Amino acid sequence: MSDLTHLTISAARAKLRAKEITATEITEAYLGAIERANPALNAYIAVTDDKARAMAKASDARLAKGEGGSLEGIPLGIKDLFATEGVHTQACSHVLDGFKPRYESTVTANLWADGAVMLGKLNMDEFAMGSSNETSYYGPVINPWRRSSLQTTVKPTIHDGGGGFVTPGGVEQSRSYDNMQLVPGGSSGGSASAVSAFLCAGATATDTGGSIRQPAAFTGTVGIKPTYGRCSRWGIVAFASSLDQAGPIARDVRDAAILLKSMASVDPKDTTSVDRPVPDYEAAIGRSVKGMKVGIPREYRVDGMPEDIEALWQQGIAWLRDAGAEIVDISLPHTKYALPAYYIVAPAEASSNLARYDGVRYGLRVPGKDIVDMYENTRAAGFGREVKRRIMIGTYVLSAGYYDAYYLQAQKVRTLIKRDFENVFAAGVDVILTPATPSAAFGVADEDMAADPVKMYLNDIFTVTVNMAGLPGISVPAGLDAKGLPLGLQLIGRPFEEETLFQTAEVIERAAGTFQPEKWW
Amino acid sequence: MSVDVKTVKRVAHLARIAVSEEDAQRMTGELNAILGFVEQLNEVDVAGVEPMTSVTPMEMKKRQDVVTDGSKAADIVANAPATEENFFLVPKVVE
Repeated sequence: MSDLTHLTISAARAKLRAKEITATEITEAYLGAIERANPALNAYIAVTDDKARAMAKASDARLAKGEGGSLEGIPLGIKDLFATEGVHTQACSHVLDGFKPRYESTVTANLWADGAVMLGKLNMDEFAMGSSNETSYYGPVINPWRRSSLQTTVKPTIHDGGGGFVTPGGVEQSRSYDNMQLVPGGSSGGSASAVSAFLCAGATATDTGGSIRQPAAFTGTVGIKPTYGRCSRWGIVAFASSLDQAGPIARDVRDAAILLKSMASVDPKDTTSVDRPVPDYEAAIGRSVKGMKVGIPREYRVDGMPEDIEALWQQGIAWLRDAGAEIVDISLPHTKYALPAYYIVAPAEASSNLARYDGVRYGLRVPGKDIVDMYENTRAAGFGREVKRRIMIGTYVLSAGYYDAYYLQAQKVRTLIKRDFENVFAAGVDVILTPATPSAAFGVADEDMAADPVKMYLNDIFTVTVNMAGLPGISVPAGLDAKGLPLGLQLIGRPFEEETLFQTAEVIERAAGTFQPEKWW
Repeated sequence: MSVDVKTVKRVAHLARIAVSEEDAQRMTGELNAILGFVEQLNEVDVAGVEPMTSVTPMEMKKRQDVVTDGSKAADIVANAPATEENFFLVPKVVE
């Protein structure tokens, strides 16, 4: 039974349609895996067993009649940021204590309409603010990957004296694992950890500055942030509305394409949802990249970047060149300003979006001597440190006298960041290849990061430009570092050209293979 | 630019977050680290550059001005910490 959790979505889909397995069997396999693994990994903060079983039963009934949608019977995990009717939805914050929405987000409604089965809600950084999943009210998620080192043992050849038997010696290699707990990245750390550890077939995630792509890179999974406007934001707890986008985390490129096809839609309930039909992303997989122009931006070569990451990047370039792509050096001169501009724009929008948590309409209420005191006590008790920090920065940069110096300046810089990309695409570049993150997964409770919030923010240095410009970006695992941890490459595309990303990412995947952690949990 | 403890307390009040003296001290250091980091934006020449208002060139969608939803007061107050007869209850605000 447990083997069922190792099927990709495309493989499970084929077996379900051929009636070799049932939705109930695969759902039970995942529920069992979650029960065994979650005490160690803390990826799920709510498991919806009964709902999962009921949905699987309904899928089996449809499959038996030869009916069913594109995800019929496929068990998925849902990030806690998505409103799910009658089910725990708290953005992993204490301020939304006990919140169970009376409505369903458009993205999850699309998945259920296509037959997917909900296993439960996944852990995340509080309000999606974080790069390590350590800001969650429900505690950190643990990465299923651990550091390891290769041990080489040389065995001598043994000659048996009389009979002429020889036991050949040789070099044996084995990995010895370090028990140090690593973060899965964030904010979609629960999604990445659950997909990597086979606790769901795929997961929903969201990305405001790198929250899909960075955790995907840290866990050896595939994550795509589509173009702004491709997935409806309706029913997703808002962080920074001009940057937030939903997307999937999956075990391979094809699965990510299958999930995005279902998640994306044109939604009248979201005024920024773009009126364009959703293409069949899966059809892009297997197309050649011959003649494609791949841009390599020189500004992504940063000081102190580990050699492993530079080597991986060069390897990615070589794979695409071997596959017939044309490699061109490009410049995106405003890259270094993307992260500081983001840390004005995102907190400003967050301070406004999070004003609604006041202890009146939902969630936590802490009494006070009057209504303002009640608001202040509720918000002081309900928000964690990182969220308070960002609300404070946002409130400050939007306050009287500072708006022009900070917010307006940042939005002008944002125009320049977007223009850098437009210039490169106008010169004929089809896709841009960069590293996904400046490092591999780091330790839980890393002292350097805890001491300086800006150090943690630097995790998003390669991903945040894409959000600032509203472009699509995919992170695809491309290799392991010297300590045996996965590393990802990022591909950035033109607006609404997600197909190009799937097509190119699959070429990298074919060359690099897929990566699975050694089970210890 | 940098902030002092007094400014941090004022901003916390604007943001409706109660802070202790100790919180305010800690936040002052953290906010100054972030403000120091974003300072580099001042190097960028933005003369004649329009501030971004939308990443995708699109016209705001408009809906017909008709009623499409409603009659769900019980759903709306269902998650509130305190309600009475489908009203949200708050501490007294007028004497």
